[in-house]
Amino acid sequence: MTKNINTNRRSFLKVSAAAGGGMVIGFNFLGCESKPRIPEYVAPNLEIPEKWNTLNGFLRIGENGVVTIMSPNPEIGQNVKTAMPMIVAEELDADWDRVIVEQAGLDTDNFVRQIAGGSQSIRFGWKSLRETGAKARHMLLMAASEKLEVPIEELSTEKGKIYHKATDRVLDYGEVATAAASMEVPEEITLKDPKDFKLIGQSTRNVDGFKIAQGSPLFGLDVMEEGMKIAMIEHPPAFGMKIKSIDDSAARAMNGIIDVVRINVEPEGWNPQWSDVNAYPELVAVVGESTWQVMKAKKALNIQWENDSDLENSAGHEATMKEALASGNGEVARIDGDPDKAFEMADKVIEKTYSAPFLAHNTMEPMNFYANVKENSAELIGPIQTAQFLEGTLEGVLGIPKENISIMMTRMGGGFGRRLYGHFGTEAALISKAVKAPVKLVYTREDDMTQGTYRPAYMVTYKAGLDTSGNLIAFQIKGAGIPGSPVFHNRYPAGAVDNYKVENYQVATNISTGAWRAPRSNFIATAEQSFLDEVAEAAGKDPIDFRIALFDKAKDNPVGSDNDYDAERYAGVLRLVKEKSGWSTDKPGVYRGVSAYYCHNSYVAQVLDVIVEDGVPKVDKVYCAVDCGIVVNPEGAINQIEGGIVDGIGHAMYSTLTFEDGVPQQSNFDKYRLIRQKEAPKSIEVHFVDNGVDPTGLGEPSLPPIGAALANALYRATGTRLYSQPYINQVELLG
Amino acid sequence: MPQYSLTINGQSHQVDVDADTPILWVLRDTLQLVGTKYGCGIAQCGACTIHIDGKAARSCSLPIGAAVGKKITTIEGLSEDGSHPVQQAWIEHDVPQCGYCQAGQIMTASAFLAENKNPTDQQIVEAMNGNICRCGTYTRIKAAVKTAAKNS
Repeated sequence: MTKNINTNRRSFLKVSAAAGGGMVIGFNFLGCESKPRIPEYVAPNLEIPEKWNTLNGFLRIGENGVVTIMSPNPEIGQNVKTAMPMIVAEELDADWDRVIVEQAGLDTDNFVRQIAGGSQSIRFGWKSLRETGAKARHMLLMAASEKLEVPIEELSTEKGKIYHKATDRVLDYGEVATAAASMEVPEEITLKDPKDFKLIGQSTRNVDGFKIAQGSPLFGLDVMEEGMKIAMIEHPPAFGMKIKSIDDSAARAMNGIIDVVRINVEPEGWNPQWSDVNAYPELVAVVGESTWQVMKAKKALNIQWENDSDLENSAGHEATMKEALASGNGEVARIDGDPDKAFEMADKVIEKTYSAPFLAHNTMEPMNFYANVKENSAELIGPIQTAQFLEGTLEGVLGIPKENISIMMTRMGGGFGRRLYGHFGTEAALISKAVKAPVKLVYTREDDMTQGTYRPAYMVTYKAGLDTSGNLIAFQIKGAGIPGSPVFHNRYPAGAVDNYKVENYQVATNISTGAWRAPRSNFIATAEQSFLDEVAEAAGKDPIDFRIALFDKAKDNPVGSDNDYDAERYAGVLRLVKEKSGWSTDKPGVYRGVSAYYCHNSYVAQVLDVIVEDGVPKVDKVYCAVDCGIVVNPEGAINQIEGGIVDGIGHAMYSTLTFEDGVPQQSNFDKYRLIRQKEAPKSIEVHFVDNGVDPTGLGEPSLPPIGAALANALYRATGTRLYSQPYINQVELLG
Repeated sequence: MPQYSLTINGQSHQVDVDADTPILWVLRDTLQLVGTKYGCGIAQCGACTIHIDGKAARSCSLPIGAAVGKKITTIEGLSEDGSHPVQQAWIEHDVPQCGYCQAGQIMTASAFLAENKNPTDQQIVEAMNGNICRCGTYTRIKAAVKTAAKNS
């Protein structure tokens, strides 16, 4: 089914201004005609064609050979807006200097999986993006073959040109684009041998880098539309409370205030989907002329709240998870051999419990969305990782058919999983519908932090049995979480230990939780890799050698058949980081921690160096080895790895969200501590395994293991093992 | 509402806003200069950093009156064409991930480098410590500031 509104929004570029020596073209996205629209930066001296030829949903080629490539997936900072078009351009043999990248809106006719989540954009898009480029190239070759009257096999392509070398003739893509557009799309296509890649594997600058450095309007919060009002929400102060009554008379009387409305994102009869998770379905919304006026009116609302369910406390959370783990009535997820007997026979048994608090996502751009809902249509613009799910929710909640709903995805000021849950889009739509005007819903930082879809709180108890030679003969994991266990029972060291058991415990809560960068892995990797460090020490073995011996066992003589990792690739990153970090050479004054983990189909190993200045530990350098298959854009990939490392160190070290009587105790950055420049590693060195296999996840995998590399290094520097996040409660770290 | 005369990026503006309106919201809502970002509203994250008479300031926590009679520069006015050495260094080092905090980072860095032409690493780290980057691009920010110092 095709959309019958706003098709022009994603179809046409137009020249609006020149700046910076290059052309800036605006696409129909933000602002009314008289105001500047979001500019797309184009390389200097690139002439924008009058006429475009559409080859497929991804590609338009101008009469002068300039190519526009749509980036289908939402951009949250993972740089897919550069990498995905690079993959199309590679197989097209386009000249990257003559490529314009345009963000696609939600368009389920042309694109699949327009989602930013699970580090899967490149992995899932890899084949189809390549085929898209290759098929378009073939159509251009077919057109050239007709024009030059030579067989297609005699033609070759390079950088946007078609060559017939035997007769020394050259055609620009632009010269055959019109004819190519009417060619039949080939059903089958041969893709390049990765050895012949020219663009993939070359560091390519972020296509939005120039705009970001200029402060161009790119984000949802920057949206300005004709007649747009500002909306803000007021939510209950505590999980477990709901609205009782509202007195909005004072707020309504304030300057610039238009309306106060009550909305419910879960109307009767609507069955929420997974992406509809929200803290509070019923909210009060204030609508006015300007952000500051609405902010002030929000404070003037007099709302009575009432208890709806329990008001939970962090102390209670910890006690409940401890009780759950001690109850022994967990769900057994996996059992190999006879763990109980093996523990009885063990020479040494080590048992340790690790925990971590709830975390907020704290994207730098708070939640927001623009919505213009009319009787039978809805137009939305904003930051969303799951636009296609939001579309389904809007259809259900508004009663407007999908084909009359358009969603444009803005660049996002961070995602980290928070914008998988699009309730703020639904809220904006309901507010627009109620006040019969286009609105931009804006969360304050406090709104954003205190009604999140938080990283769950976790507690896990590990138990290991060693024989007299220091071999790991028994391993048990009991995992609890609010609301679910963090354990992946088929991951390492499953498969490497003869006697192995996993039990999971669930603790119910009324606090809304959800995916947070590398869900579950973000905690369990740190717990597991901290524990293995302690076990290796008890076994009297080098922590890297100890881990590699387990991988050898999993490779040569695996236990069970469901082990969801490749032991050789896992050991490979450990060997690489061992070599690159000079692990075998003692470095006086440097305290080192190692960690390795597999998630999102990629393998990461890290060595973190701590030094001590004035008696206080400081993170000096991090070495990181990554196996994510083919690296599309090396500099962008390194940036992701660096970011995950800094993010992981920061949250393990400093961050926590606690509750008292259901009230989040941290509501802004004065109390919620995020890592800052001074606390970041002085340097990060990244090495990729070059194995030519298809690409896998990159946005998440470097985060989970780093907390353990930090804990293990701090143990060597201070003699204190760290079990409970955030570590700042136990050790100081020099900023 | 009271009227204020402002000089922003070399241009004069007259605005009618409530007296307690922070400069940030005058820039964003009234003047549609949205390069200056809202991050926390309490001067903790640095996303809203602008220059007032050349000095870095947090526009989210300064009422509009603080801008009167002063020379205000926002990211849009740092250079006409993105050619400021700090902007160029940010592009060269491919600093941003999500990009949301970077205008504030660039404004802090450019005010700092205007006063300290040859900073040490430690001085850079101290100067940039007030600006949060949730994506964790800190090592790139540091490298870009060093490059900008060399090219200034």
